[in-house]
Amino acid sequence: MPAAIEFRDLEVRTPQGRVLLDHISLALEQGGVTAILGRSGSGKTTLLRTVNRMVEATGGAVLVNGRDVREANLISLRRRMGYVIQETGLFPHFTVERNVGLVLEAEGREREGRAQRSRELLAAVGLDAETFARRLPHQLSGGQRQRVGLARALAADPPILLMDEPFGALDPLTRAEMQDMVRELLGRLKKTVLLVTHDLDEALYLGDRILLVEQGRIVADLPPAEFMGSGQPEIGAYIRAFRRGQAESREARR
Amino acid sequence: MTSGFLSQYGGEIANLTVEHLWLTGGAMLFATAIAVPAGVWLTRAPRWATAVIGAANVLQTIPSLAMFGFLLPLPWLGERAARIAIVALTAYALLPIVRNTYAGIRGIDPAVLEVACALGLTNTQRLFKVELPLAASFIFAGLRTATVTCVGIATIAAAVGAGGLGELIFRGVASVDNRLVLAGAVPAALLALFADAGLGLLERRFRVRV
Repeated sequence: MPAAIEFRDLEVRTPQGRVLLDHISLALEQGGVTAILGRSGSGKTTLLRTVNRMVEATGGAVLVNGRDVREANLISLRRRMGYVIQETGLFPHFTVERNVGLVLEAEGREREGRAQRSRELLAAVGLDAETFARRLPHQLSGGQRQRVGLARALAADPPILLMDEPFGALDPLTRAEMQDMVRELLGRLKKTVLLVTHDLDEALYLGDRILLVEQGRIVADLPPAEFMGSGQPEIGAYIRAFRRGQAESREARR
Repeated sequence: MTSGFLSQYGGEIANLTVEHLWLTGGAMLFATAIAVPAGVWLTRAPRWATAVIGAANVLQTIPSLAMFGFLLPLPWLGERAARIAIVALTAYALLPIVRNTYAGIRGIDPAVLEVACALGLTNTQRLFKVELPLAASFIFAGLRTATVTCVGIATIAAAVGAGGLGELIFRGVASVDNRLVLAGAVPAALLALFADAGLGLLERRFRVRV
């Protein structure tokens, strides 16, 4: 069985020649949650975006189920992947129900089926369809928007889910609730998930495997249990920097 | 204005108002058909934006009487005054519509456009389901400005014999008859006000809260 996602000697450079990803080789098995940790500008989002070709590789290849993504039809490639981002990107002129069902609408599925699927997914992400289906995004809280964003990403039942700092803009309490909900949901749905985060605790809680990216290179690739105990200097430096950042933001909130 | 004046000129005012509406409406249809796609194209090729919007700006600066004069000797166009009027009014209407279509689409939250791409919407789906609906309020604001401008400029079209309410104004000026001037100016002003109010309603109707 081919890997769900494989990066084969992947390189991404800007037109000015700056290296964003530096010869990355990595295979992700079906059904696991891979958390990509790293500082801002390390290349973690770029790595995620090469999978659905929002960023094009300048060298090497990305393979999904053994097939180079450049050979696939771009539209159908993207429809086989859910996509969730921190800003949610909900369509402000559509109701919650239409937002969730938009991929199905784009595929030409009939209205009734779309509405039913939207309602199922709203329930799956913990939103009451009767209350929320007709609302517009500006009538939702940050956490509710993220739930809708996740439901939308799952609408076409894609085997792969790409999540880019999905909880980055939420308050700590909502964030913890969302993490619980996502952990339960992903455990049930068995999707192959790439989760970009700078939050170490989130990576440890949700990931089956943790990658640490620095300056466009993968410097660590470990299961969560081994990650914290690893004596690797890069991991130690990241953990210390993360904890210091946490302490400073707690101090700033006081 | 006396009732005698109205009974003498009422029919003519009504006919010229319809003519005025036809000139303005025709020009707005052409201008929308050109300027909305042009504005969309500029969002795909932004390096052309300064040049195209600049060119539309230059058209806008040409005095309307001079514009009608330039078009008069042109073959086919010069054969009928209404053609000249519609082409000139179309040229004046382009700038606000192109500019607002461009600005409306460029102003959409980048996260929304990113997700539209990432979810696998085709270019056409992205345009009709996301970009145009979200820019609609801006586009209607451009149409509103263009329509009000055209209703005003269309009165000058009477100078080349294109008809419209300007005919009464020109006749009134020539014969120093303020009643005739007002008989052209008041309906033209009312048309502009109605267009402004109607398109203003549409602009508000399509405004999206984010």
